[in-house]
Amino acid sequence: MQDDFRSIKIEKEKCQGRMACLRVCPTQAIRVRHKKATILKDRCIDCGECVRACPNKAILPQTSSFSDFSKFKYTVAIPSPDLYYQFGKDVLPSTILAGLKKIGFNDAHDVACPSEAVSIALQELLDSNDLPRPLISPFCPAIVRLLQVRYPNLLDNLVPIESPMEIAAREAKREKMEELGLKENEIGAIYLTPCPAKTVAIKNPPRKKHSFIDGAIPISEIYPTLLQALTHITPESEHEKQVRGIGLGWPIVGGQASSLKREDCLAIAGINDVIRIFEEIENGKLKDIRYIECHTCPTACVGGSLNVENPYIARGKVLRLLEKYGSKPCQPREKIRELYQKKYFSLPGKIPASPAEPLDDDIQVAINKMKKKQEVYNLLPKIDCGACGAPTCMTFAEDVVKGNAAADDCVFVAIKKFESISSDLLETILKHSRKVRHNENLS
Amino acid sequence: MRMDKSYSQSFEITGNNFVDAGKAATEVKMILKQIGINSDIIRRVAIASYEAEMNVVMYAKRASMNIEISQEKIKIVVADEGPGIQNIELAMKEGYSTATTEMREMGFGAGMGLPNIKRNADHLKIESEVGKGTKVEFVIELIKHRAESIEQ
Repeated sequence: MQDDFRSIKIEKEKCQGRMACLRVCPTQAIRVRHKKATILKDRCIDCGECVRACPNKAILPQTSSFSDFSKFKYTVAIPSPDLYYQFGKDVLPSTILAGLKKIGFNDAHDVACPSEAVSIALQELLDSNDLPRPLISPFCPAIVRLLQVRYPNLLDNLVPIESPMEIAAREAKREKMEELGLKENEIGAIYLTPCPAKTVAIKNPPRKKHSFIDGAIPISEIYPTLLQALTHITPESEHEKQVRGIGLGWPIVGGQASSLKREDCLAIAGINDVIRIFEEIENGKLKDIRYIECHTCPTACVGGSLNVENPYIARGKVLRLLEKYGSKPCQPREKIRELYQKKYFSLPGKIPASPAEPLDDDIQVAINKMKKKQEVYNLLPKIDCGACGAPTCMTFAEDVVKGNAAADDCVFVAIKKFESISSDLLETILKHSRKVRHNENLS
Repeated sequence: MRMDKSYSQSFEITGNNFVDAGKAATEVKMILKQIGINSDIIRRVAIASYEAEMNVVMYAKRASMNIEISQEKIKIVVADEGPGIQNIELAMKEGYSTATTEMREMGFGAGMGLPNIKRNADHLKIESEVGKGTKVEFVIELIKHRAESIEQ
């Protein structure tokens, strides 16, 4: 897989250069040149804000579709728990899992239960003392990418524990191999995703290890078919089989942190707030905090750009389900502890830094360019109008010194230049006309 | 005239402005990241400049923070108008602090400010005049660091 695989792609024909994406991108990774938007791959963190903002639907997540999985003998849907909260309040997870089997998957494997297992593994991990403070949750792939691009110093603070979706896929494959005598590559595990970022975690995992998931389909894409199928399913009456446990709360802000049962955990949601916290950690603060749950989306995963339901309504459904089924664990705690001891949850290997390109690879040249950048910036109106195609005057100044834009791409600089040219021109014309008149008078 | 080979920029810090506290340190980091300074160095500069900034916010009226970056080193000078330090030697001791109870309740004033700067900088110079102000100057070497990383 290509190293620079990013989860979103701009369809040039559909793009009309309307700049909505330019304004929402939290890492200033978009430029609009010649009326078309482009993504600077070294800065993109796959958050999906631009996907949501594009008025022309020209920015698309790089996901798979159902037909991509026809090569597998057996398919298992791995639905993000967000899927449980996309339908009416009386539709329970077990009905949704049954619905997935009805629309063409051979099986469906719940992720809320593995989420609970990961919560317990985290509790164990947080009790050990030899890890950096504060630890940062690694489950939002856009957050991991943000650290790689902008805060490489904090990569060691990421919790080295596998994500619930990977554990679910690993378990599903193991079960089916035993049960049906299939080979691993005959089983397709398909994640039903609430956001584009998860596709990067699958196609290009930051730790470069193999993913047990073979592709991702947006929740919004299977939604219509699933909705239809659900009307034909009689809900299961026996509640013993119901999906349960604290893992049901993972899709909302605080879901992870509160499942850890400690006071020294925080939950932060929304990319700008997360950036503010990372700046503080980099300055050496928040050492008395043990764990920070971080989400790119302001309403956490229920607010992912590929979900259908309003995130606040979905949050209400999460709370209701948690109240009903949250306190009953789905697996005995002792069993999870044992698995934890056997390193069942550990993620070996380091995540490499991938900092956004500096002004230059040579420090002296970069210093010179920094000075030049300040000079260019001083010429600019500092109103961040975006008309040049860069999101801010500061990023535009950077583009100029990197050679990716010309100073007079700024309309204000261009007008000033035009004014001085035209006044020069006017002066020349006047001088000449005076000369002509003078000559006429002489003759 | 000799061409100046370094980049410098100044930031204003206002005493008692806890809302903006940390902004200068954040700006400094952004500059260093764009120049492509090694992330380990950035971490040291971040901690030291944040501590220096917080000292101004907590004790002084106002200050300017000046950063100068060259190929060889990063030099930061924070000169404030403030009460000055009575006993510099004592202020350098870990755990010593003149912070008020309120400051401590906010999580500041652990007596680690100057010691933390010292730990993260290669050189530290403090000049202070009681009743006038304090000048904290620290340097983080870049060349030395590069040589070390080549040795490893």
